[in-house]
Amino acid sequence: MAQLNMVQAINQALSLEMARDDRVLLLGEDVGRDGGVFRVTEGLLERFGSERVLDTPLCESGIMGAAIGMAAYGLRPVPEIQFLGFTYSAFEQLFAHAARLRSRSRGRYSCPMVVRTPYGGGIKAPELHEESTEALFCQVPGLKVVVPSGPYVAKGLLLAALRDPDPVLFLEPTRLYRLLREEVPEGEYLVELGRARVARPGSSVTVVAWGSMLERVLKAVEGYDAEVLDLLTLNPFDSETIVNSVRKTGRLVIVHEAAKTCGFGAEIAATVAEEAILHLRAPILRVTAPDVPVPLAKLIDHYLPSAEQISSALDEVLQY
Amino acid sequence: MPEVLLADFQVKRLEVLNEKGEADQELLPDLSDAEIWRLYELMLLARIFDERAVALQREGRIGTYPPIRGQEAAQVGSAFALAQKDWLFPSFREMGAHLTLGYPIPQLLLYWGGDERAQKVPPGLNIFPFCVAVGSQIPQAAGAALAARYRKDPVAVITYFGDGATSKGDFHEAMNLAGVFNLPLVFICQNNQWAISIPLKGQTASASLAQKAIAYGFQGVQVDGNDVFAVYRATRQAVEKARSGAGPTFIECLTYRMADHTTADDAGRYRSGEEVAFWAARDPILRLERFLEGRGLWTPQKREEAAAQAAAIVDAGVAAMEASAPPVASELFDEVLATLTPRQAGQRKVR
Repeated sequence: MAQLNMVQAINQALSLEMARDDRVLLLGEDVGRDGGVFRVTEGLLERFGSERVLDTPLCESGIMGAAIGMAAYGLRPVPEIQFLGFTYSAFEQLFAHAARLRSRSRGRYSCPMVVRTPYGGGIKAPELHEESTEALFCQVPGLKVVVPSGPYVAKGLLLAALRDPDPVLFLEPTRLYRLLREEVPEGEYLVELGRARVARPGSSVTVVAWGSMLERVLKAVEGYDAEVLDLLTLNPFDSETIVNSVRKTGRLVIVHEAAKTCGFGAEIAATVAEEAILHLRAPILRVTAPDVPVPLAKLIDHYLPSAEQISSALDEVLQY
Repeated sequence: MPEVLLADFQVKRLEVLNEKGEADQELLPDLSDAEIWRLYELMLLARIFDERAVALQREGRIGTYPPIRGQEAAQVGSAFALAQKDWLFPSFREMGAHLTLGYPIPQLLLYWGGDERAQKVPPGLNIFPFCVAVGSQIPQAAGAALAARYRKDPVAVITYFGDGATSKGDFHEAMNLAGVFNLPLVFICQNNQWAISIPLKGQTASASLAQKAIAYGFQGVQVDGNDVFAVYRATRQAVEKARSGAGPTFIECLTYRMADHTTADDAGRYRSGEEVAFWAARDPILRLERFLEGRGLWTPQKREEAAAQAAAIVDAGVAAMEASAPPVASELFDEVLATLTPRQAGQRKVR
């Protein structure tokens, strides 16, 4: 098995699915000749041609809207939005149309597409290139939200997303693109959407994280008897695995790089409060970014949750 | 260095049938008397449907409704040029197009009565659901056109929108996509000159909307939107061009919204009675009647018969709409996803 980074794993998933299914088309800014600004789609234009890998004009709403029309027509488009911060101009297409098309046409039309976008902080990029507003998208029924945490799951989740009958927002943590290398099977395999993964078993505290925070959490929990859950899919999220783990450990810490207020950690905390409050031996803690806009490079390390903040939250719940 | 002229453009306006009912024989489309009579019947049907829908809203039998009065030629004339296999991305004020394509009347009324089941477009009609978010259907039409081109299907994709939508980014992004990818797409702007209270001059400083196409590298034409022959002729040319792979066209149908924006609006607050009267004299149905009369095809008696026939069709639609059982609570969850999430499934169970 080859050791791949996440860029290579995602590229492999796209390539495999495009070879298998001629309904799969890529479209976006710089996805063709340039292979994407992170090179995730490198080589796909050469392999599949300009009919299937479309370099579009600079128009996020147009890209998203066009993908909806393509999906309704019977294709399986994969629009790439260059950075999560640029999806903001495509919110209407995503929220008012992609997520609702199946419902409001009562099944006459559907919108099987995977919106790929790099997301998250820690790459010292310009403004709006490091957003982590994933929770915004989780509020919209009809839209699935998936966040891989490494090369292996990225490939399997993307293949599963590409075969999903409904729209999926696939958030690719930019900090991890080339940070981690893992054994990745060459052929196809699926990682089921809607299922969390036990990244590290443990018994005294449950830590839930996703995306680039997982890597940081795994470092921070060294020396603790912590069970780390990698959420993988935020909507629909695997409340069963979380609740079962909390019933066992009695403690819960949620870590995300998004701002605290109305971050996805709030949904997890509320769910555990509803379903397992009597099993809790300590308050639920959230380790998050502060409620401020994502800063530029010089302040970003003060913004993202640190390993120290995570371990101090663990100490707090364990000593409660 | 001397300045050079980079480009020089013309914007054309097409008129075939004038207010007196006189047609330019050179430009008159190749339609049989029976087809022209069918256009007339459909325009009457659209008018009578619209009057009934407004009355139903006033009686509390449906919800807020956006009238199409005055736009019958622009809608019927354009939709009449389409084939069943073509794809249509409407906004929310083109019920005349729906009626022309055979969209079931009970479903039109149910939708405006607040029943989402009515957006389940019948099989065989490639019409997208109504789009209330102004202009946002236009890039979707570009996507369907991209897909049709990829599949090498000889179909045209048509999108309708109003003058207000031409101020929105989605209109421009879609026009640009259509130009760059040479898409089989026909943009049909129903320029009814009012976007709620904002008149056309508050929407654009352009002398026409048609000329906006020039900037995107394809043809734009203005037609007299109250002239059913001009609308039909321009649309037919544009859809044939699209199906043959020759690219997109923008058609501006210059018409007039005779009624309020919706039944919740009062246009008397922002426009004059004189302006409305000016356009009433240019009524698209009146004009076609004069033409038909000149051909010996129309009499007041024939109008009565055609109107009675249309009213009977609408009556049957109203009866079917009112006989439809209301949706039940669990239908909230219908088709939200192909497979409901565990949480949704649990929520459905207790409804």
